[in-house]
Amino acid sequence: MLAFVCKRLLQSLLLVVIVLTVTFFLLHLAPGDPMARYFHPEIAPETIELIRERLGLDRPVVEQYFKWMGSFIRGDFGMSLQYNRPVRSLLAEAIPNTLRLTVAALILHIVLGILLGVISAVKRYSPFDRVNTVTALFVYSIPSFWLALMMIMIFSLKLGLLPSSHMQSIGAGELGGWALALDRLRHLVLPAFVLGVASAAGMARYMRGSMLDVLREDYIQTARAKGLPEGKVVLKHALKNAAIPIVTLIGLSLPFLLGGAVVTEKIFSWPGMGRLTVDAIYARDYPVVLATNFVVAVIVILGNLLADIGYALLDPRITVTGRKGGR
Amino acid sequence: MMEGNDGIGEGMAPLLEIDGLKTVFYTDEGVARAVDGVSFSINPGETIGLVGESGCGKSVTALSIMRLVPDPPGRIEGGSVLLDGRDLLAISEKEMRKVRGNEISIVFQEPLTSLNPVFTCGEQVREAIGLHQKLGRRESKEQAIEMLRLVRIPDPEKRYGNYPHQMSGGMRQRVMIAMALSCQPKLLIADEPSTALDVSVQAQIIELLLELREQLGMAVLLITHDLAVVAQMAERVVVMYAGVVVEEAPLGRLFAHPAHPYTDGLLASIPKVDAPVERLSAIPGTVPDPLRLPPGCRFSDRCPKRMDKCSVTEPGMFAVAEGHRSRCYLCEGSGP
Ligand SMILES: Nc1ncnc2c1ncn2[C@@H]1O[C@H](COP(=O)(O)OP(=O)(O)O)[C@@H](O)[C@H]1O
Ligand SMILES: [Mg+2]
Repeated sequence: MLAFVCKRLLQSLLLVVIVLTVTFFLLHLAPGDPMARYFHPEIAPETIELIRERLGLDRPVVEQYFKWMGSFIRGDFGMSLQYNRPVRSLLAEAIPNTLRLTVAALILHIVLGILLGVISAVKRYSPFDRVNTVTALFVYSIPSFWLALMMIMIFSLKLGLLPSSHMQSIGAGELGGWALALDRLRHLVLPAFVLGVASAAGMARYMRGSMLDVLREDYIQTARAKGLPEGKVVLKHALKNAAIPIVTLIGLSLPFLLGGAVVTEKIFSWPGMGRLTVDAIYARDYPVVLATNFVVAVIVILGNLLADIGYALLDPRITVTGRKGGR
Repeated sequence: MMEGNDGIGEGMAPLLEIDGLKTVFYTDEGVARAVDGVSFSINPGETIGLVGESGCGKSVTALSIMRLVPDPPGRIEGGSVLLDGRDLLAISEKEMRKVRGNEISIVFQEPLTSLNPVFTCGEQVREAIGLHQKLGRRESKEQAIEMLRLVRIPDPEKRYGNYPHQMSGGMRQRVMIAMALSCQPKLLIADEPSTALDVSVQAQIIELLLELREQLGMAVLLITHDLAVVAQMAERVVVMYAGVVVEEAPLGRLFAHPAHPYTDGLLASIPKVDAPVERLSAIPGTVPDPLRLPPGCRFSDRCPKRMDKCSVTEPGMFAVAEGHRSRCYLCEGSGP
């Protein structure tokens, strides 16, 4: 198991380097100029060239790449061109915020997805199953920005139940304790729902199918023939088998959640990495874009590694060490 | 003429009494009468062989006794299944759960797919014991190991923690048998317990079932399409064809004096050691689809002794001799 994890981590490291390299060159090949923000009749072109030189942006791209990679490896993510602040401190602010949003969405994704999927499978062709199917298809196919706007319209503007943007109310910091936690939770509901519900719908569909397949297996009949109550047959004997492919699905859905967070954060003014990335891309703020890319790549790769480990833990037929069988 | 299943085992109350059992499947193409009025009974400690070609409704009969017919599409539509006089088709699902695995157990045909791949074999045996005997985890585990020993799994303490994929087909079928017998059921239903196994392993499993029956004294409903297996184990034989019982007789009598042409055909298809292989005659044709049953006798379209009335009205059960009945016009009035 340990050898497997080490091998995977080494592979992942290589993958991260490739991802960063590709991103670096794509960014520099794309049209646009980080200095564009200084283009202004009152700023002399010479001044702009001076800034460009000072930032090293006048050097050949390959030279810039090696210089940047050199400091990146040493943990120096550089300075944001846009905010004139260390990228590291921007990330330190944004990462926990994004994690709060994506973890909430992930929990919704898993819990709601599995719950609805299992009920749908057990009560196949019932009114619940039909409503569930149609709703899932609807939620899955509408664009998330539209869903976000609808949710804001209904729950914030019409009903006034939930706040429509930011992570907490102005001055909520003074509340402290439970009041602050509640205020933050209320701010979390809409963005987490918008971010998680589409993948939850997908998960519910997948879970239903997986569960229906398993419920047809001979060993389910064996479990019933033992005299086990149906609840135990479903939740113990069937669910553990049906969950095996689901673990992989969760790993695969991480990039989509993080990608979705970009749009969701922008709409809900959520000060996370998504918003930071979008703004940085518009401003051609290379160091920030590269650093957020790095963080996302690491999260996705770790998520997949965890999914593989979970897969091996759930399914005794799989040995993580590979072909020769596990120790 | 006699209907039903009287006249067997005089003075002894049967353990299981099936009467007029009807199980149908509602499929897209129509209503399939897979089990269409089956009646027979099993005495305590007795082994009944239930035989017939594949698709005759043997497994559906077994599942109906356990009330495990998949619904939808299947449904038990009529008849009664009395266990010690109590109708299993009339009791609540909760009460039925106390019967399954406890009073009646079943061993399925496919040992490779009948065990849950994500739980250890031992745990799957232990679960049944813990469920019905209200034992703690440790006691039920000890008893599960004893059961594995009983079915002659070598090194049962170690094998307890094995997953199904770490065992051979024969070993897995032993685990299934251990699970089925773990609560000393009064009746064991063995649905083709050896069919899916290698020939040499088949013999071992039958040998094991013979020994365990001797030791534990339970009644056995042995389902098979292999009359040679029946000859080894059963005391009485029930022959099924297309959802109905066509003949029932004590073992020796069935082999010596088969009364139904279908039984004749089945017996003729047993390979004999002293006969050349070409003589092996299977019955021409196939079991009719329960959606498209022929009019009259269900076997009439394959029967070498067909008469005109056979394809008009279905014959009833005629008594041939003591404990011997047959659903064939040839036996009409030949009874005692
Ligand atoms: N799940 C099912 N759905 C529809 N029809 C079924 C189902 N199970 C069994 N049947 C029908 O019942 C008939 C008898 O099947 P079965 O009892 O399995 O035969 P066997 O005697 O080989 O055990 C089959 O011909 C089939 O048409
Ligand atoms: Mg069968």
